[in-house]
Amino acid sequence: MTTRFFGERVQRNEDEVLLTGRALFVDDQQLPGMLHIAFVRSEYAHGRLLGVDPARALEMPGVTAVYTAADLGGYWQPGPLLVPPPPIENLTFHARTQVPLAREKVRYVGEPIAVVVAESRYLAEDAAEEVGVDIEPLDAVVGLEEALAEGAPTIHEDLDSNLAAHAVQTKGDYEVACRAADVVLARDFVYDRGVSAAMENRGIVAHWDQRAGQLTVWDTTQAPIPIRNGLAGMLGLSESQVRVVAPFIGGGFGPKIMMFYPEEVLLPWIAMRLGRPVKWIEDRFENFFSTTQERGQLHEAEIALASDGRILGVKDVFIHDTGAYNPYGLTIPINTQCTLLGPYDVPSYRSEFRVAFTNRPIVTPIRGAGRQHGVFVMERLLDLGARELGLDVTEIRRRNFLSPDAFPHNHEILFQDFAPLVYDSGDYEPALDKLIEMLGYQPSVDKPLVPDSDTQDGVRSSGSGDVLRGVGIVSYIEGTGIGPYEGARVRVEASGKVCLVTGVGTQGQGHHTSFAQLVADQVGVDVGDVRVITGDTREFHWGTGTFASRGAVVAGNACHAAAVAVREKILRSASQLLEVAQEDLVLADGRVTVKGAPEIAVGLGELAVHCNPLRGAVRSGTEPGLEATEYFGPERAATASGVHAMVVAVDPETAMVEIERYLVVHDCGTVINPTIVEGQIHGGVAHGIGNAFYEQLVCDPDGQLRNASFMDYLIPTATDVPPIETAHVETPSPLNPLGTKGVGEAGAIPVGALFNQAVEDALKGWAPGLELREIPLSPNRLFELIEEVRGEKSSETDS
Amino acid sequence: MGRAIRLTVNGEVHERSVEPRLLLSDFLRHELGLTGTHVGCEHGVCGACTVLLDGEAVRSCLVFAVQADGRIVRTVEDLAEGDTLHPIQSAFRQAHGLQCGFCTPGILMTMVPFLEETERPDEQEIREALSGHLCRCTGYQKIVEAIQLAAVELAGSTEE
Repeated sequence: MTTRFFGERVQRNEDEVLLTGRALFVDDQQLPGMLHIAFVRSEYAHGRLLGVDPARALEMPGVTAVYTAADLGGYWQPGPLLVPPPPIENLTFHARTQVPLAREKVRYVGEPIAVVVAESRYLAEDAAEEVGVDIEPLDAVVGLEEALAEGAPTIHEDLDSNLAAHAVQTKGDYEVACRAADVVLARDFVYDRGVSAAMENRGIVAHWDQRAGQLTVWDTTQAPIPIRNGLAGMLGLSESQVRVVAPFIGGGFGPKIMMFYPEEVLLPWIAMRLGRPVKWIEDRFENFFSTTQERGQLHEAEIALASDGRILGVKDVFIHDTGAYNPYGLTIPINTQCTLLGPYDVPSYRSEFRVAFTNRPIVTPIRGAGRQHGVFVMERLLDLGARELGLDVTEIRRRNFLSPDAFPHNHEILFQDFAPLVYDSGDYEPALDKLIEMLGYQPSVDKPLVPDSDTQDGVRSSGSGDVLRGVGIVSYIEGTGIGPYEGARVRVEASGKVCLVTGVGTQGQGHHTSFAQLVADQVGVDVGDVRVITGDTREFHWGTGTFASRGAVVAGNACHAAAVAVREKILRSASQLLEVAQEDLVLADGRVTVKGAPEIAVGLGELAVHCNPLRGAVRSGTEPGLEATEYFGPERAATASGVHAMVVAVDPETAMVEIERYLVVHDCGTVINPTIVEGQIHGGVAHGIGNAFYEQLVCDPDGQLRNASFMDYLIPTATDVPPIETAHVETPSPLNPLGTKGVGEAGAIPVGALFNQAVEDALKGWAPGLELREIPLSPNRLFELIEEVRGEKSSETDS
Repeated sequence: MGRAIRLTVNGEVHERSVEPRLLLSDFLRHELGLTGTHVGCEHGVCGACTVLLDGEAVRSCLVFAVQADGRIVRTVEDLAEGDTLHPIQSAFRQAHGLQCGFCTPGILMTMVPFLEETERPDEQEIREALSGHLCRCTGYQKIVEAIQLAAVELAGSTEE
């Protein structure tokens, strides 16, 4: 294989249209005669819907229609269960999926009740205010333990309780391990809920062309193909009558792969009913209620350690918050369960979870998708173990890393893709060594961990008072690039340029470039000469979507395979045309030349035309043109990994934390474009910093969100995110020809654990015995925790 | 209940009758079809809708179209000259200063006056100038690098 672009820092093909404001986002779509939509949403978290009265709204100027659940007739159906649970023994699972418009009951603030169609968005919002909604409030179920407590109000009344699922997965015998252990540590851990906060809110434009019998939907989805297939089924159309386009998408991060949002079901139906195009664009306030969220879990965990720090076993019992409905099945808690094991050799494991319905917005994966929680629990347990045994935090990890010859390593439990959790490859110590070197870290137990000549016992004097410094180092793994499959089609056009089409849409990951690099290498053209089309079902309609860090792994390998097939076609036809053996041909710079006789050549465009003649026959058994379509489906997930470090400065008086340094050594197998990979890591880390430090949806006991704006829900800005020092190590995946592993979610996964560890380290002299076991950890909350520990200490001294 | 307004957008004079409550962002996007200006929060925090109003960076979701009457507006569509990107735009491409590209037009419009007013800004000044914009994709680092690159480029072109 010629390798000119693989691994190179190629500039992105998609940037020019994005930088000049010419890229098409869903809200940029303007169609003649288009009507606009606003939703009437529940103001109560839990209640009986007694009536909806659209009469006043319908009288308002510019209002075309108002629809409620009753208007939908047989079209009203709960959404599909996207991911049925894997075959875990003795599993309890109750699917209760979202509905297009509430009827009889409302189950979260923001649940859609009615939809208003008007000549402008302004008029639609005016009219939405006038729709009468009669709700009898019921007690809201907000907390996780409360949701599962005896006598809690039931959210789905056909169930006995709010238990959505219960599952146990085990490996070895934890009780035996526990008896053999020198140290057993048990702790509780809390991880709270946030929003994905893609800068582009969701939106849909639907257009029904009655004469052509064609429905076109522009949708901010990460999964246009399944949306098309589902809509065709729901609307009684042929799949070929429905085109779903996911154009440029302003960030995805998971919630844009949820299927089907009520709005996605309703807009196409309204467009067909009214015979006019319709548009709905979510506003930011709506986004805090109507777009899915993630991260609420409570853990009670134990680790059994030998005196040398080796892990003998881990036990974890947790509750996962799925919100009011659970269309995504068990993906998140199973990710938590599986990712907890990390890069470590864990001989025995017992993990049990219960999933609770609550009166809060629906939970589906957000960047990391439950992996954060597992890493948080395991890494914090190891830190506590290290402290107990007098080991350095890096040493306890090193002693438990799986060795490079341990792969493939079977953890003997099931992963989210229904396959056993088998790590394909990995080599963890070199990454840790590299990180330690970059950090200038000296493993130690008693001494301050930050090597800095300015510090004495970890305390540095600064203008505003003493600042305490601490360091954290954590490891994690991530199962990436799961199946089932993706596909790609590569075609050389008469212009000599290449068109690459894949079903996987893009939300900023640089698919137009990294996929083009793969194709350019095979077809012998420049990356800029590969036009990439993604996310348009008219162009390609086989595939699933962009999720689970799988673009480069699954779609990437499909692009590569299609390009290899086209390369073979090019060489075969050129060989026939030039009457030269294939092995004597060179394919480069957009043409095929003969080795040693470069004047004998044919350009790719000319060859493409030659292969698609207007006269003469294309022999049976051959195909016209220089085109190929190929698919790739991995056997199971590819195991990416990494180590992160953070140096923090904490002002103990105010509990303000500043991140002074952030370091990442990452292994995502072979790297197609290091610049793009770094960008993915940086963004993930920033997201993780937000989760760790600022981002929390503050919900009152009535299920009302108290901070539904960017003024009150803080996401990190340029002054909060430090420069991130990044290095790559490469352990190629044996499960795909390119050796790639996923990277999209990686950066966000270990940050919570790291932040707690680093801050705890900084405060170990100031608040001895302080243990941080919760996320997020805002300055206010940290201040409270410090005061609790210091208060206990001073009261001990007093007495 | 329209109010007549007359304003210059990207060098072109537009006369329209608009509702007093129409946001400038919606006016630019939906009345004039200048969809390069993006709307991310509609409450003045995310900065995606930033445009230049008489040369000053403002959030167009916090300005009514009627307030722009008689004034000069510049949007991201006006930065490149034909096929030649503005130095800030090309620095963003070079340094991978964008991923999904949704927040990018607003950031570019803040950086145009910032780099005109601030010669050779240091990293902290850049981060502060950027802190009125939210980006969820990049972690800001490569945006900062892009602005540093653009600053060098622009300083070089004025010295010549």
